[in-house]
Amino acid sequence: MPSDPLVAQHVLEFPGGYTRTTGPVIGRFLSELRARRIVGVRTAEGRVLVPPLEYDPATGEPVTGEYVEVGPAGTITTSAWVDEPLDSHPLDRPFAWALIRLDGADTDLLHAVEADNPKALAAGTRVWPVWRDRPTGHITDISCFAPEVTKIVSSVRAEYRLQVGGALRVFLEGVERGVLLGSRCEQCEKVYVPLRLACPECGNTLPDTLELPDTGTITTFAINNLPDPRAPEVPFVSAYILLDGADIPMIALIGDVPAHEVRQGMRVRAVWVPESERTASMANIRWFAPTGEPDVELA
Amino acid sequence: MRDVAIVAFAQTRHTDHDTGLAEHELIHPVISEVKELTGLKRFGFTCSGSCDYLAGAPFSFVSALDALAAWPPISESHVEMDGAWALYEAWVRLQHGDIDSALVYGFGKSSLGDLRTIMTLQLDPYYLAPLGLDQLSYAALQAAAVGADRQELDEIVRRSRADGRSNPYALDLPEPDGDDFAVQPLRKTDVPPITDGAAAIVLATGDLAGRLHPNPAWIRGIAHRTEPHYLGLRELARSASAADAARAAGVTKGPVEVAELHAQFPHEEIILRQALELGGDTVINPSGGPLAANPVMAAGLVRIGEAARRIHDGTASRTVAHAASGPCLQQNLVTVLEA
Ligand SMILES: [Zn+2]
Repeated sequence: MPSDPLVAQHVLEFPGGYTRTTGPVIGRFLSELRARRIVGVRTAEGRVLVPPLEYDPATGEPVTGEYVEVGPAGTITTSAWVDEPLDSHPLDRPFAWALIRLDGADTDLLHAVEADNPKALAAGTRVWPVWRDRPTGHITDISCFAPEVTKIVSSVRAEYRLQVGGALRVFLEGVERGVLLGSRCEQCEKVYVPLRLACPECGNTLPDTLELPDTGTITTFAINNLPDPRAPEVPFVSAYILLDGADIPMIALIGDVPAHEVRQGMRVRAVWVPESERTASMANIRWFAPTGEPDVELA
Repeated sequence: MRDVAIVAFAQTRHTDHDTGLAEHELIHPVISEVKELTGLKRFGFTCSGSCDYLAGAPFSFVSALDALAAWPPISESHVEMDGAWALYEAWVRLQHGDIDSALVYGFGKSSLGDLRTIMTLQLDPYYLAPLGLDQLSYAALQAAAVGADRQELDEIVRRSRADGRSNPYALDLPEPDGDDFAVQPLRKTDVPPITDGAAAIVLATGDLAGRLHPNPAWIRGIAHRTEPHYLGLRELARSASAADAARAAGVTKGPVEVAELHAQFPHEEIILRQALELGGDTVINPSGGPLAANPVMAAGLVRIGEAARRIHDGTASRTVAHAASGPCLQQNLVTVLEA
């Protein structure tokens, strides 16, 4: 006795497809599709059937000869979400089946809708057809429907070439040597850092350049949860640091400390990259790290 | 109208896999069983229901006739539908008055192919079939239209499977668990099991019925109605045609003790309970229903047989059987049986 079952594969197929005549009503609908129009047919009672039928399903009476262009947009009345499309389905990625009431129609067209997730297809969602490249007069001339356009993404990109001169150049050359340069206004008795040529308060020229220490106090800070290429990790802290001897705080990253431990009044010191890697750039300072000194009472 | 009763019912122990039996081998035991139950060897009329697409062989129902004694020639017909519609045709034939018995059977092996896509072939070839709209997808659209409470659906599946486990002819399906979706909002546990099986019923008129069974199940009402096939033309959340058929068959003319509903998905039971106006005291699908065994093309006939069985064994005096065909309960046949 054979132990394996006897199994045969068997396919039922109409080679080349099965030819069908469409009749004048369905034929009209499919011909209009080829021209990228969707039409319904009016019943004797005035309702617009989409897709058209030869008879009014409510009365059994023949429909009129009046064809009405509908849509192309419509509103979803019911949908079902397919996570795993079959080979026979119109889309090869998750999609929805939906009943769509096209604008101007009194019945619902059934078709596939492309969307990111089932929540995007609640009843009431507006959808538009996406047409196939070369319509041939077939229901699949509409590849699928897609939600109405409610937003677009536009990319922005412009390139610039910046040249550093004036006070910023002097300041960055100081940073390259490992020194933070500021300037002092004699009239206002204020020390500004980074170095600048004129006092923002009185407008005087600032002749005095001074070297400031790389220690200071955090006056305020923000915890950032969006990644930034310069930051050590997310979340990271950016802070205003009042360098010792300066009257205006400077913005910088805080590191070597958990974000939630950063506080106003915390004493910090710049963490410099090794001397061999230094350039005329703020990248010379990785970030400011706590010194461990007692906090300072801020005025 | 002539009084017509169901006097015998037999069904296979349905399987969830292909046992290798040919269709006529599947049918033969149930035909033999109803012949034995009634003592009849020949019938005034024979009618069967099946679908050639299940086997993928044109005129496969013809070779299934090998299960009958077809010589000398018998008066025979076939519907490309569930056997419940074969029963309807036989009932109409019996109304002609010249014969007094009929054999009805239905059969199907849905294990042979992919039922989900085979059922696409019943859709219209212009607007729906070319989209590849499959059975689970259109059922899911109807489930979405119903928007039923998830707990209610789960309870229907749980109850059906539990009832099926105590029915020796249904499948032994576990308590439903898991919330994986088939096609949202339908869960995988909402999908009826692939089932192979067959069923047979004998109808008899008047006095003959009384001689063949001590408790004939009299058909006091039978009606079928249909709706447009195109889903967008219908109000999917309700079944106007099931309601019309139920009214025409007189479902509400008396209390309904048991209703066997051809609900392949749990939301269909909700639609049908409403359409047939079944009250809370009606026991629904004590056999487990199609969610516990779904021999396609016999499942509707099994509903009629199960509803008749309650009258045959004396546990009920008025029952209702429902059979459906087409996408999303497009066609509905309602039968009222009384002791
Ligand atoms: Zn023989």
